[in-house]
Amino acid sequence: MTDIAAGSISGSLAPRRRFVLLRRLAGHRSFQVGLILVALLTLAAIFAPVITGVDPSSMKVRFRFKPPSEAFPFGTDNFGRDIFTRVLYGARVSLWIGLAVAAMSGLFGAVIGILAAQFRRLDAILMRVMDALMSFPAILLALGVTAALGPRMESVIIALTVAYVPAGVRIVRASALVVRELDYVEAARIAGASNIRIMVRHILPNSISPLIVHVTFVFAYAILAEAALSFLGVGVQPPTPSWGNIIAEGRDYATEAWWVMLFPGLGISLAALGLNLLGDGLRDILDPRLKGRG
Amino acid sequence: MARLIALRILQAAPVIVIVSILAFLLINLLPGDPAVVIAGDQASPEAIEAVRHNLGLDRPLIEQLGIWFVHLAHGNFGASLVLNQSVLSAMGERLPVTLSLAGLSIAITLPIGIFAGAIAAYYRQTWIDSFVMTVALIGVSVPAFWIAILSVILFSVILRWFPTSGYVEFSHDPGLWLRSLVLPAVMLSLFQIGFLARMTRSAMLDVLSQDFIRTARSKGLSEWTTVGKHAFRNALILIITAIGILLSTAIGGSVVIEQVFALPGVGRLVVQGILARDYPLVQGVMLIYGFAFVAINLAVDLLYTFADPRVRYD
Amino acid sequence: MASPLVSIDDLTVQFRTDRGWANAVEGVSFDIAEGECVGVVGESGSGKSVTALSILRLHARGAARYSTGAISYAGRDLLQASERDLRRIRGRDIAMVFQDPMSSLNPVLTICDQISESLRLHQGMSRAAARKKAIELLDLVRIPDAARRVDEYPHRLSGGMRQRVMIAIAIACRPRLLIADEPTTALDVTIQAQILELLRDLRAELGMAVMLISHDLGVIAEFARRVIVMYAGRIVEDAPVDVLFQSPRHPYTEGLMASMPALDGGAARLYAIPGRIPDPDETIDGCRFGPRCAHSEPICRTAPPRLIAIADGHRLRCTPRTRAADLT
Repeated sequence: MTDIAAGSISGSLAPRRRFVLLRRLAGHRSFQVGLILVALLTLAAIFAPVITGVDPSSMKVRFRFKPPSEAFPFGTDNFGRDIFTRVLYGARVSLWIGLAVAAMSGLFGAVIGILAAQFRRLDAILMRVMDALMSFPAILLALGVTAALGPRMESVIIALTVAYVPAGVRIVRASALVVRELDYVEAARIAGASNIRIMVRHILPNSISPLIVHVTFVFAYAILAEAALSFLGVGVQPPTPSWGNIIAEGRDYATEAWWVMLFPGLGISLAALGLNLLGDGLRDILDPRLKGRG
Repeated sequence: MARLIALRILQAAPVIVIVSILAFLLINLLPGDPAVVIAGDQASPEAIEAVRHNLGLDRPLIEQLGIWFVHLAHGNFGASLVLNQSVLSAMGERLPVTLSLAGLSIAITLPIGIFAGAIAAYYRQTWIDSFVMTVALIGVSVPAFWIAILSVILFSVILRWFPTSGYVEFSHDPGLWLRSLVLPAVMLSLFQIGFLARMTRSAMLDVLSQDFIRTARSKGLSEWTTVGKHAFRNALILIITAIGILLSTAIGGSVVIEQVFALPGVGRLVVQGILARDYPLVQGVMLIYGFAFVAINLAVDLLYTFADPRVRYD
Repeated sequence: MASPLVSIDDLTVQFRTDRGWANAVEGVSFDIAEGECVGVVGESGSGKSVTALSILRLHARGAARYSTGAISYAGRDLLQASERDLRRIRGRDIAMVFQDPMSSLNPVLTICDQISESLRLHQGMSRAAARKKAIELLDLVRIPDAARRVDEYPHRLSGGMRQRVMIAIAIACRPRLLIADEPTTALDVTIQAQILELLRDLRAELGMAVMLISHDLGVIAEFARRVIVMYAGRIVEDAPVDVLFQSPRHPYTEGLMASMPALDGGAARLYAIPGRIPDPDETIDGCRFGPRCAHSEPICRTAPPRLIAIADGHRLRCTPRTRAADLT
């Protein structure tokens, strides 16, 4: 009895189900909080020039090491640069890198994962390569790749994408393998649909939920990892402000001018927190298997 | 069971080869002429040529790869350009520091993370659950190096409980060794505890909703036996799979933590190597870590296989 | 008549839904006598399992609450008893067998472990004694090669064998009441008959009362002396098995009979009761079976029918039929 009902949900009821999902997402508390946090930070990053009107690199030596005040809400650093402005501009760099890594690792994860699930012979090779990539601790792999490509923003994006693709591939492949065996996909195959068509029309949409959840968490990880790389001096290079390199610069005089490194760190924490909350909400609603009932 | 173990080992073999190739490719990824990049912009043509020859960069790629494998087969993981040392001996010197740090961190993480996650699951949707999960969420959201610097200011500079930086060898003074590592290890553990608590909670919730928990209760077993024995043993199987990830993030996280606390570990070695463009060193370290984690992941896989009777006997 | 073993009086169980608390079981009252064999029958959603789980208070914490009623056992109300007292009753005085033997056994513990647990807890047996007893119990539930099977994990056994293990666990401490919640539903037909036969033999041998829950009247007919028919959380008819089968009074019971395949296989077409069972939070004026009832009268829609004794040991919840019974 219940089997029939479960089968029809993924087919004809899809648009209605999507609406229900949206409504349930809107009512999910951690999703709400996460969305607000991420939206605020994103708006701050986009409208950084409007909000401050100061150049993030403009140095005013006579305003060195000013503690937070009305004129400098987050204080100033050793060059007299406004930390508030630098943190806002840093948000642009950090969020952009996080977004790019999330999008690219999601895209590559989907493509490689579905290819692996569809073509058995390719599967063995692809999955061994993914195993190999996963054998390196993620930060270390990113460190190595960034070092090889040179310390630039693009390198950081590529490096972190390489580090986070394998997990995405595994997730998509696992759910694609399940979907592949479902009756209606089998029916489409018997009806003569091409492999490509089956992948795009049937397998991709059904494997996408766990991937969306995963990509949201990758967004958070990538922001943390970018900060770590920039802190170590192999990520985004000064004078371009990123949350990680502002902390690295502020570290040397952290005891005297604590505000220099405090605020970018809060920025990273809030961004990661917001994305993790968003991910938790998405997981609870899109992937209810993972959520505890009660 | 024996077949499964054999299959797992068989699958690990190609992974080792691919790990070697990926590490090999690292130097060939360098933009432009690797020899120029490594020798530096100001290097004389002779110096560049020497680098090229020493690293075998003047040979065809496939030949380089062949030599790479021959060297690996002989246990030769390359040599540092800067330190006048083989990668193995440089790593051998630094590894005890990193392993002490990571080991201590795992020792802190496992009991706290598992206990916190289990408690949150058992008291789901109460204030205990909300509290534990909020702390865990903060743990996985706050950058370790940042909170580490703040902790140095608080505990070492202001309160003077711990040294601000530096490492004391265990053989020199176990007490000071521990004192030099406690703060770094705790800072390294924050993310891991959060990660493990979140994972344990979801594993426990999954198990607690199963029918056999109701069976256990129907026998008259206490909550402690029901949760601690019946539920936890099942959840443990899922938690085992997290050990590989925990070790991996501990080693990765140790790179930044060693930097903050000036601990002379492998992480610092790598960062110094990168900044000094000592690519063979970076390459060698990554390779050794890569091999180590192929082995660790294999071990975790086998442990998992052994822990689950459904897999063990099929 | 001696005082009953278990007496359920006006039990109402509510479940948490999106729209507040809904009655899953409402005003259920019945007794189980020492050694009696009671069958409870109804569709899924009729509240039969909820009633059974209430006896041992095994509902998931926070999901269900008992808003009215009492369940008396040995002079105390199980709904009010402390967890501690209840644990002494669970598995020792009252034991339970569940529907799905695949998921009801713990996959990571051996059969021996799972049987000896309650023996060691309730009877203070040593590990060795409990193991010996576990093997005896496996013999008793007719598992061949018990001495070897006892050390295996559940996944090595077939569904029927696992249900035998579940029964062995349940009877380990010789309970006075065994609650069997759809014990054969998840099994193949041939296995079903074997498990029922086993239960019947064990009941005779151990002298325990059995409350058998099933959606299948055939299963109940073979097993029980007395049948309670439930619909939408309420008892609609309660009668001795022969009375119920010869002259069912409630239209729902009639429908259940008609939808039962004839034992001789001669029935051309199975009857299906039109419509579906209402959700617990659905409001229906009058009789909750009314919308599906072929004999519905105006009075059925105005007043909810009451459960009334129409003969000795025969209770009925149907306003027109109760009146008819009065007149004759």
